[in-house]
Amino acid sequence: MRIAGRKVTIRTIAIYVIVIAVTLIMLMPFAWMLSASLKLSRDVFAFPIEWIPSEPQWQNYVDIWTKIPLALFIYNTSKLTIIVTLLQLLTSSFAAYAFAKLNFPYKNTLFLGYIATIAMPWQVYMVPQFLLMREFGLNNTHLALICLQAFTAFGVFLMRQFYMSIPTELCEAARIDGMNEYQIWARIMLPLSKPALSTLTIFTFVTTWNDFLGPMIYLTKTELKTVQIGLRMFISQYSAEYGLIMAASVVALIPVLVVFLVLQRFFVEGIASTGLKG
Amino acid sequence: MSISNSVIARDGAPAVPRRKVAVLSKRQRKIRNALVAYSFIAPNFLGFAVFTLGPILFAFALAFMHWDGSNAITFAGLDNFWRLFEDKAFIAAFWNTIIYTVASVPATLLCALGLAVLLNQKIAGRNFFRTAMFFPYVASLVAVAVVWNMIFNPEMGPVNMILYTLGLDPKNMPGWAADRHWAMVTVILFGIWKNMGYYMVIYLAGLQGINAELYEAADLDGANSWQKFIHVTVPQLGPTTFFVTVMLTIQSFKVFDQIYMITQGGPGTSTLVLVYHIYNEAFISWDLGYSSMISLVLFFLVLAVTVFQFRRQREDEA
Repeated sequence: MRIAGRKVTIRTIAIYVIVIAVTLIMLMPFAWMLSASLKLSRDVFAFPIEWIPSEPQWQNYVDIWTKIPLALFIYNTSKLTIIVTLLQLLTSSFAAYAFAKLNFPYKNTLFLGYIATIAMPWQVYMVPQFLLMREFGLNNTHLALICLQAFTAFGVFLMRQFYMSIPTELCEAARIDGMNEYQIWARIMLPLSKPALSTLTIFTFVTTWNDFLGPMIYLTKTELKTVQIGLRMFISQYSAEYGLIMAASVVALIPVLVVFLVLQRFFVEGIASTGLKG
Repeated sequence: MSISNSVIARDGAPAVPRRKVAVLSKRQRKIRNALVAYSFIAPNFLGFAVFTLGPILFAFALAFMHWDGSNAITFAGLDNFWRLFEDKAFIAAFWNTIIYTVASVPATLLCALGLAVLLNQKIAGRNFFRTAMFFPYVASLVAVAVVWNMIFNPEMGPVNMILYTLGLDPKNMPGWAADRHWAMVTVILFGIWKNMGYYMVIYLAGLQGINAELYEAADLDGANSWQKFIHVTVPQLGPTTFFVTVMLTIQSFKVFDQIYMITQGGPGTSTLVLVYHIYNEAFISWDLGYSSMISLVLFFLVLAVTVFQFRRQREDEA
């Protein structure tokens, strides 16, 4: 068979059929969410599904902002996410430079400490961490969440793996040219590590934006809550308002979608070049 | 020391404004280098030590204490440990965690590998498909869990509606999250759907690392696609597969959010898992010592897998 002058085999058709079918399964819940967000609650479960509502209820997207302080939740989450991501990128790449390119006493011991905690589930130490934060008087503050998410072993490890792949001769040449270590980090390592920085940005942004258990434990005051626990609160308060719940869910997804789409071309590259794959 | 001192004039001021490096002895240079290195590490390490390392050590100590978080801490010895064996909820949580892992790891792995191989070919819209597969992984769990709950709603959800139109008797319809026998299946399906794309990306990275000459050689030998897949792709992806298995296993041991959002561990204890039990004991019962003991069990499970991974890796390198 020939389509548009190209030879099309059964095999090619089979591949497309499988890939398209799986893509539909992956995207179906989002399509349903989007479709339901424009319906009246009583129409959400109408079957067969009306994918494009005949009378789209744009009002749902207006109402969600007044039923819960959604704007405040989004502001809180954005603030947390941006601060955590910036701190994470800065401190991780800074520390990773030392682990990858400098020599100092106890380097391996310290690094082993980092590696050992990567595999450690957060849930193992979330209770003592909570008690510690309470001791510091950080309960019901955003600072608590910043502290617990900004300094991760994961970030240091990811950046270090990438820096290891940059030739050391480059640093030596820079040293001979009279650059100090801070300049080498800022002018050579950072610009070269865009894929790794993008990977870390996606990971940190997505994790912080979507974090659920952390804010749930630390933030009990409504005015401090994040989108995810706000959404959860909304679900329990308006459990029958399906249209509104879906509209709020769509809004909660948008920032992650944007960051992901902007940075995703670096993503595979970043995972491949760090050899970290995790 | 003596040589560099000689450039300093009698009054103590440097006679020649030479670069600092030159006046340092080997030992001083070493110390200075170490200080520079530590200055790089310090910002991250201080936060890491206070908010991660400290609590980890504290967690180990707490497992051998009785504490409700406000009254005095008392030493418990092995009390919390023996309690594990009598705690039916813990035993259920332990086995549910194992069941979840054994069911979801191979399924996720096979889906991820299959998709990666398909999407590594030059097909139109490849980037779109890759992005679509990956999106559930980055999407907010709360939001997707809500829609998942609605899609699998036993009475009104589209999934059971489709089963109904296909002729399935409403009496035999799965109750999904609300049904003791189906709740775990629901959570597992959700987990596969959510995580598959991420491991697919890892496999894609692995596939790009395979030397194209191997496929050319296989072509010369007259191998078909399936033979190339079995004899070139799969063996070449060995390290990736091992890595994915370990990451998936660790992730499965830690499963919590999706269970909190979909079944709350129920019905009964049918989807109660270790982390959920830790959460309940800590933040609902405020039995901090006991919850830390369960954390310790989780820690040793993860440690066992990690040690196993390092051993295997070393063997592979040898």
